Amino acid sequence: MVFANSDKRYLPGTVRRSTKILVVGSFGVGKTTLIGSASEIVPLRTEETMTVASMGVDDLAGLQDKMTTTVAMDFGRITLNPSLVLYLFGTPGQRRFWDLWDGLADGAAGALVLIDTRRLEGSFEVLDQLELRKDDLPFAVAVNVFPDSRQHTTAELRQALDLLPETPIVLCDARDRRSSVDALIALTAYALTAQEGSV
Amino acid sequence: MSGQGEYHDRPVRLYVVTGGRVRPSRNTIRPETLLVATDTGRQLPVSASSEERSLLRMCRRLLSLVETAVHLELPVSVVSVVASDLIDAGFLAVRGSGDEPACGATRADPGDVESARPDRKLLQEVLDGLRKLG
Repeated sequence: MVFANSDKRYLPGTVRRSTKILVVGSFGVGKTTLIGSASEIVPLRTEETMTVASMGVDDLAGLQDKMTTTVAMDFGRITLNPSLVLYLFGTPGQRRFWDLWDGLADGAAGALVLIDTRRLEGSFEVLDQLELRKDDLPFAVAVNVFPDSRQHTTAELRQALDLLPETPIVLCDARDRRSSVDALIALTAYALTAQEGSV
Repeated sequence: MSGQGEYHDRPVRLYVVTGGRVRPSRNTIRPETLLVATDTGRQLPVSASSEERSLLRMCRRLLSLVETAVHLELPVSVVSVVASDLIDAGFLAVRGSGDEPACGATRADPGDVESARPDRKLLQEVLDGLRKLG
């Protein structure tokens, strides 16, 4: 139990509400970096349990075709005003983790899809999942520009990723706070517009 | 928390902590749900588990479920079961909800938890808050 005399870990007593944004993307794309640069706390790591189809296990004639596993999940926090706190949850994007999203997407303001242009193929699974989800989780794409990334325009990337015209796409440097926050702003502004459009 | 790939065992199996249950008694509890101990003055029953005691002690001040899970070194889903029990028993409260869906979310379709989304007012507040960050 590591919780002695750590008052700053607590939320201000004035906070009345919380909400969250998911930061999704494939492994190594910079999710935790982005969360860390935007967060007021050092990103924390926790575990979530998830049911997965068991593979390579000798099951007893179909009695057990699923097993529970745990997935590491990093998150950060931003106190936006005295009564509102925003959590940022880093969520792995690969297909095998999609079950995890069901619990996390519930109540989320939206998802920021972080993309590495050097490994664009890793992004398709994530985008597929977001487009297939029946709960219409609003999402925006943030391209994490690495020093050795090739220069692409957002128009080129939009086409390569086959994004809808209205889906926001922004370039960002996940190490930079302003840049990470700007990506979150782009997503939130879009979520607001999307909701106004659907009412 | 142990590093990735490091063998990590617990003195007690997780299903013992939750009494064999995999789902909390409340379906509105989420990782970002804000928890705070109620000021009942009542003592936990002697049968209370060490996890219940630790969680309640931790929630003397405001924390989200996911943060308590980090500090308890337990998966979020396990802590949500423990927290739900404490809420049901009146020792723990969800901040900002009178047993309503937590955290200011509205439900498009009552009973369909998956469709819960923050309302416009909340989204605007998030946007304003982000824009004010330096």
